[in-house]
Amino acid sequence: MYHILHKEQLAEKVFLMKIQAPLIAQERRAGQFVIIQPDTDFGERIPLTIADADVTAGTITLIFQAVGKTTTDLSAMQTGDPVANVLGPLGNPTHIANFGHVVCVAGGIGAAPMFPIAQALKQAGNSLTLIIGARSRELVILEERMRSIADNLIICTDDGSYGRKALVTEPLEELCSGADKPDKVFAIGPPVMMKFCAATTKPYQVPTMVSLNTIMVDGTGMCGGCRVTVNGETRFTCVDGPEFDGHQVDFENMLARLGSYRPQEQDALHKCRISV
Amino acid sequence: MNNNHTSHTPEDLQQLAQEHLDQLAQIKADTGKIKTKQRLAIPQQEMPAQDPGQRRTNMSEVALGYFEEQALVEAERCLQCKNAPCVAGCPVAIDIPGFIQKITERDYAAAHQIINRTSLLPAVCGRVCPQENQCQAPCTVGKSLKDTFQSVSIGRLERFVADWHAHHRHKNSVDAATKRTEPPAATGKKVGIIGSGPASITAAADLRRAGHEVTMFEAFHKPGGVMMYGIPEFRLPKEIVETEIDDLRRMGVEIRTNFLVGRTRKLTDLLELDGFDALFIGSGAGLPRFMHIEGENLVGVFAANEFLTRSNLMKAYDTSRADTPIRQARKVAVLGGGNVAMDAARTAVRLGAEEVHVIYRRTRTEMPARAEEVDHAEEEGVRFHFLHNPTRIIGDDTSHVCGIELLRHELGEPDDSGRRRPIPVPGSEHLMEVDTVIVSIGNSSNPLLVSSTPGLKTNRWGNIEVDEQCRTSLPKVYAGGDIVLGAATVILAMGQGREAAAAIHADLQ
Repeated sequence: MYHILHKEQLAEKVFLMKIQAPLIAQERRAGQFVIIQPDTDFGERIPLTIADADVTAGTITLIFQAVGKTTTDLSAMQTGDPVANVLGPLGNPTHIANFGHVVCVAGGIGAAPMFPIAQALKQAGNSLTLIIGARSRELVILEERMRSIADNLIICTDDGSYGRKALVTEPLEELCSGADKPDKVFAIGPPVMMKFCAATTKPYQVPTMVSLNTIMVDGTGMCGGCRVTVNGETRFTCVDGPEFDGHQVDFENMLARLGSYRPQEQDALHKCRISV
Repeated sequence: MNNNHTSHTPEDLQQLAQEHLDQLAQIKADTGKIKTKQRLAIPQQEMPAQDPGQRRTNMSEVALGYFEEQALVEAERCLQCKNAPCVAGCPVAIDIPGFIQKITERDYAAAHQIINRTSLLPAVCGRVCPQENQCQAPCTVGKSLKDTFQSVSIGRLERFVADWHAHHRHKNSVDAATKRTEPPAATGKKVGIIGSGPASITAAADLRRAGHEVTMFEAFHKPGGVMMYGIPEFRLPKEIVETEIDDLRRMGVEIRTNFLVGRTRKLTDLLELDGFDALFIGSGAGLPRFMHIEGENLVGVFAANEFLTRSNLMKAYDTSRADTPIRQARKVAVLGGGNVAMDAARTAVRLGAEEVHVIYRRTRTEMPARAEEVDHAEEEGVRFHFLHNPTRIIGDDTSHVCGIELLRHELGEPDDSGRRRPIPVPGSEHLMEVDTVIVSIGNSSNPLLVSSTPGLKTNRWGNIEVDEQCRTSLPKVYAGGDIVLGAATVILAMGQGREAAAAIHADLQ
């Protein structure tokens, strides 16, 4: 059993949980994820990126948004409750090196998986620019932690309630066309955001990694549900990813595949809300 | 050519069997024994099955199992050949004439004990083994009647014994499962088993019986491997697999789920840091193959693995309780001709698809699926398109599947496999309107464990290389089952699990 040792709400529908999983805490590297399943018999398995880990305490930190049936169920669980199943760490760790000037773009909940990557990049000696994007001020998460590692922190909100009133691609474009052109970009956030970040950096030929959060069942390469088209080839997000060259990902296909179960998901969420 | 079509109701079959049983009793009473010629004249007992119209709408088991009367009649068909060719056809060499003899004596507990000496999973094997290619292929009865499908129904008898045992185990004082729980003399050695399918279960049981401390590692949340996620409920009820796994636990095997060796812990760490004296890799062939044709990543195209896992392991068919969604397909094309293709097609039928089409590039004769599964699928309304192969999958403007283009083939000269090679007929492309495509053309071995374990040698297909005793290129590491054989069968995997366990036990002395 994987007990919830700490739970807090970071923003509307955004929760942080520390879950007891000593082996995962020990093995995980930046960029990896877990599959969690709140109930063994009828629960769904969903991937969540590991935001942080504490080897001494034997915990992993997950930050998630309650958007579907499973994340909504999870958000209703309390400190001390057991999560039935947690498998990980899965996926390949982020390739960390001293690239020079690195820009990390985190959209919404994407700040959670971005933090350990940004932290590792900073430790590797990179000059780090962080762009955080959110719909509004209340949805900006991990600002202080991000600020503590960034050489330059840019916050954008859609409604202008905090930082710049802009999409993240605006400062990204400025950086690419400016004097200190980035040597590498990492973008994690909603698929549409990653798509436009990749489109923004492409003309400047700045290598851009995106971390994909596709539909998965097992997370070990067995089901093939997470496949994406990268450079015309089929790749499995769970074992070949989750990070890919953003300039080569077929985002249209990925977005369509993410919607595979939309009618059923909405139905399940509806039922779930009625029962709450 | 085969007699599996259900033409009688279960009640009729029971009645008929009783009549045969009375006749046989009369023969015995009159002459003292049944002559070979008389045995050969006993009709093969048909497997009672759920009515096709009814079973299309439920997930319950299709084949219902022999009535006791039927088992008694079928057992009398066995000639008790001295050379027992059937035993040689069984990968784990079950004493087949021995257990059938015990059935004729109505001593089913003894029959179960005989099977249990060599097979831990008779309830599973009696259901899913391809007996027609194994024990029943060399059967003298089948040879005499010039039809393998007329051989003694060894698999059905095995299932009968296993099911009888399952229903009577709690009252049976000499229960084999109880015997299994006797604590063996501890050797002080620790063995890790990676994976929890048939190869791993067999290896774990044998090693535990030998007194070693055994820990089994499973990546999924439930152990059982392909028997849990792959084979559907209507062919192998999950309760049966769970019972077998519970037996392992009772024997003292520790099962750790949510543990992916190679990720949760490196294989080398298990040996070097965690004190395991030996490891058996039975992680299976879990990497779905695709055809690499246009449109394969459209919404509505699935690997059979995904489709079946959602239904079987995640219970997505139970829409009122399961959180895992599954495609509400209307018209389905299943690509492939193996057992997994049949499972996918028949699952799609049960999930409410209006049309399910199996597309296979050779003919019915070359299909790798068991004849019984093909017959069952056909009875349930699955349509077969032989000598057809897809050339591309067509999507609508929202990237959802709306059709598949097929190319007709004809049979040419035999290829390496000895089967006649399908040759495309140019210009024979035509469209089939479907909204779902399930790709079921096989599995390769999953590279994850190998890639995270330096020095573990594989062949060019990515299967782990082993010697005749299942030893890999790494000391203390053994492997068996599909990760070595490529996608094979439950019983072959069990055979390898046994082989490896014997080698591990010998090497640990």
